[in-house]
Amino acid sequence: MTLLRTQQIAWRIIVYALLILMALTFLVPVYMVIITSLKEPSTINLTSSWDLPKELYFESFSQAWEVFKPRLLNSFVLAISATALSALIGSMNGYVLAKWRVPGAKFLFPLMLFGMFIPYQAILIPLFDFMRSIGMYGSLNGLILIHVVYGLPITTLIFRNFYVEIPTELLESASIDGADFFGIYTRIIFPLSIPAFVVVVIWQFTQIWNEFLFAVTMASPDAQPITVGLAQLAGGEAVKWNLPMAGAILAALPTLLVYIVMGRYFIRGLLAGSIKG
Amino acid sequence: MHSRKDRITALIMLLPSLVLLAIFVYGFIGQTVNFSLTDWGGTGAPPPLQENVEKDYIGTQNYKDLMTGFLEFPFRNSLINTFFFTVFFLVGCLLLGFVLAFLIDQKIMGEGVFRTIFLFPMSLSFVVTGTIWRWLLQPKGGINVLPEKITNVTLFDKHIFPEFLRVKVLDSGWMNSREQSWTFMWSEVPKYLTYLGLILFGIWAFNALMAKRWRTLGYIGVGAFGFGLLYVIGFWDKVFLPLQVPAAELQKGYNAALTGIIVAAIWQMSGYVMALFLAGIRGIPEDLREAARVDGCSEWKVYLYIILPGLRPIILSAVIILGHISLKIFDLVFAMAGPDNNQTIVPGILLYTKAFRGNQLASGSAVAVVMLVLVSLVIVPYLWSNLRTESQS
Repeated sequence: MTLLRTQQIAWRIIVYALLILMALTFLVPVYMVIITSLKEPSTINLTSSWDLPKELYFESFSQAWEVFKPRLLNSFVLAISATALSALIGSMNGYVLAKWRVPGAKFLFPLMLFGMFIPYQAILIPLFDFMRSIGMYGSLNGLILIHVVYGLPITTLIFRNFYVEIPTELLESASIDGADFFGIYTRIIFPLSIPAFVVVVIWQFTQIWNEFLFAVTMASPDAQPITVGLAQLAGGEAVKWNLPMAGAILAALPTLLVYIVMGRYFIRGLLAGSIKG
Repeated sequence: MHSRKDRITALIMLLPSLVLLAIFVYGFIGQTVNFSLTDWGGTGAPPPLQENVEKDYIGTQNYKDLMTGFLEFPFRNSLINTFFFTVFFLVGCLLLGFVLAFLIDQKIMGEGVFRTIFLFPMSLSFVVTGTIWRWLLQPKGGINVLPEKITNVTLFDKHIFPEFLRVKVLDSGWMNSREQSWTFMWSEVPKYLTYLGLILFGIWAFNALMAKRWRTLGYIGVGAFGFGLLYVIGFWDKVFLPLQVPAAELQKGYNAALTGIIVAAIWQMSGYVMALFLAGIRGIPEDLREAARVDGCSEWKVYLYIILPGLRPIILSAVIILGHISLKIFDLVFAMAGPDNNQTIVPGILLYTKAFRGNQLASGSAVAVVMLVLVSLVIVPYLWSNLRTESQS
């Protein structure tokens, strides 16, 4: 009995030791970003890169803020409007697909889902052509349109799977009370969908905020979001690393905050994106 | 509730999305395929970036050039890189994700804290991750000096670690590295692909045999035979091997420059696999595990015989999600190695430099089609089987 007990304690010590070691390893980049962003540029060199800053230097953040302000604003406008639109449309689609008989839905739905897995490179060149022909190439509105359209598959999927669980009897009783298609949506479906909206909004916001391919190919300089600005700043030769690191923190903060505050829903979005049906 | 008017309203509400997706997904894919068969103003005016460029059909010439053309070696390198990247990224994420899920599942204190730490990289942009890791992987700093720093820590001027544990500064060039290992010749690729295909056929046949599905087994046999025959009659050599290229250019292998990018990608995505596994593990009834323990199974055996088999569908999901991410990877490579690094080139980067820098839009379209085919090979069977299980339930 005592042997078993010792074994158990030893096992727990190993588990915790491994967990703490792993956690520290995962946090190494975080440590590096923070200390580098707080160093005075002339004190940053490769040999002392792991040392704590001698004096805290906050100017990198105000500099990065100056450089990135227009791009951050673009990112906010882009992420908020594209998220709202794709969530609303996705909710309507999900409602129709879950509760109304749509001819051929069995085939339409997977055909829609395919759109969220394709490499966007496969549509990039015709998209470039198309956006140019309708005069939206390079504009922020064009980028919003692109994100709304390619966001539809995942938002539709999450809402549809959520609405399937709502008992149809509930809808029927509303229907007997005289509610039509929109009446059922506004009175029953929409009020019940808050949890699904939270999942979808968090998912779409992080995806769109973090997106880079469309951002770097479809936006002219004044419409570029933060990811492009960061890649350009860090991609230059002989960069002083305090600025890219401060920029990385600015670019990461919104999605990081969303994740830390609403982590539970974030994980649900992750799982919804991978396990279907 | 299904009055005729409402049913029509429902269809009308769905229609705009269907039309948009039909155009933006299927229409554009069709156009990409179409462009890939043209020269996109290659011979005449106006120049490629103008509107209404005259496009002449040149058949599969773009694909032939990619596979055999002297100047197109970056494309061949990008395929090889994608292969190695996918393999190591998948294996790394699955192993690390499983270990993390296993550790967190041991009824520990502070579970939420650990889970948050392992999963937070997932909320970052690949560009942010890439920027940070680019700094961490500077050849003469960062990760290269970290082991030396840690093992040579002193307290009151005395070393904490004994002599034999102290290490020197590493000298990996990371993304600047030009080393190659596991080298092979490009001309051997069809052979290896054939072997790989036959192994997959073999696994499939074994499954059919176990399930006693004789007819399927027959089809598989015919398929495998035909597949092997293509190789034997030298079909692949005709498709993409007549290369007029110096021998050095034909030698391919694992580029060490990819290692850093793979590490960063695993750092970002292994938490996701952990979350998937954890959801799966928690979905297995505790009674089942308890029963196995009562029967004398050690914790490790419980995992091996009860939990791992229960996780099979989740492992499949993880492989497919990660696999399609790695096949289309672009932003991470862009942020870490830049778009012009020939050692770390992947198809996503190549398409960008071809189409949006080099004005080679037809050749870029061909790269896009190849990417789509690769991703579809992974995704279509997955969607198909999901569709089937859903209509059964």
